[in-house]
Amino acid sequence: MLFWIALISLIVMLGAAFAVLFLQHYLAATAAVSVVSLALSVLFVVLQAPDVALAEAAVGAGISSVILALTLRRVGLWKIETKDRTDNESTSNN
Amino acid sequence: MNLRQITSLIFIIGLGLLLGAVLKTLAYDITVGMTILDIAPTEVGTANIVTSVLLAYRGLDTLGELTILFVAATAAGMVLGQRRPDAPFEPDAGFILRTAADLLFPFMIILGVYIILHGHLTPGGGFQGGAILAAAFFVPILASPASRLNHKMSSTIEGLAGVAFIIIGLVALFDKGDFLAPLFGTGEVGQLFSAGSLPLLYLAVGLKVGAELAGLLARLQETEVSD
Repeated sequence: MLFWIALISLIVMLGAAFAVLFLQHYLAATAAVSVVSLALSVLFVVLQAPDVALAEAAVGAGISSVILALTLRRVGLWKIETKDRTDNESTSNN
Repeated sequence: MNLRQITSLIFIIGLGLLLGAVLKTLAYDITVGMTILDIAPTEVGTANIVTSVLLAYRGLDTLGELTILFVAATAAGMVLGQRRPDAPFEPDAGFILRTAADLLFPFMIILGVYIILHGHLTPGGGFQGGAILAAAFFVPILASPASRLNHKMSSTIEGLAGVAFIIIGLVALFDKGDFLAPLFGTGEVGQLFSAGSLPLLYLAVGLKVGAELAGLLARLQETEVSD
């Protein structure tokens, strides 16, 4: 059982890591980095290191991905499309 | 070759030499870990052995880790966190996201405080709980970008927590002769009020990490998008 969980998390990690290289959209690549950290935290639980798993899940999968995404937004590689949304809101208000 | 390639080459050579030296000279002495596993519950009084290593046996390393985090967060905030005064904020998220953020806030605070205060009993501790606290304060900002984090408050909490960590260490230095040595005895292993000064140290670590990361995330979020 534990062997299969470890194997699956390893495969997910490898797949997500390769997805980072081949994904075209920067934000999708950031999400894939987060998936690598999440699968790694599962692997840490299997290896009986719950402290490290908690740190990996909170910092690796959570905070660092948000920092990456916000940096992408700051340097202009990720745009939030505000124009469509305001158009929709104005039509719904009417 | 341009300067960048030369720098990369020097870095790779240095890294290779370092790794080779480490592999060549490092004797993996596993008896240290076994000894700590044996004596930590009676000597320090923590049910979670990792905490006894992080705060009692290697407390100075944790102080170094806090310093590194502080310098990194300050540098990132300085480089990326500048904001034009007239830059527009992004519009609020929809009703569902805003309500969910308000609902999540108290539960994330409780989870973060629980993980910090039980750092000497269960897995987790100041760093993990602090990251969850930072996320708790950042989620509402994500839902409505125009609302601001109180940066003066977060900086004050961060500074006071860092000072508290060092003051506890200095008190231990004058009391026991070692910087960051555990104080107040061990207590009964497994109780909330046990392990001497370690829960206080972890509370300081958690508040510092939480205020620091929340401030950094909010600063990154407040900047305008460059074209």
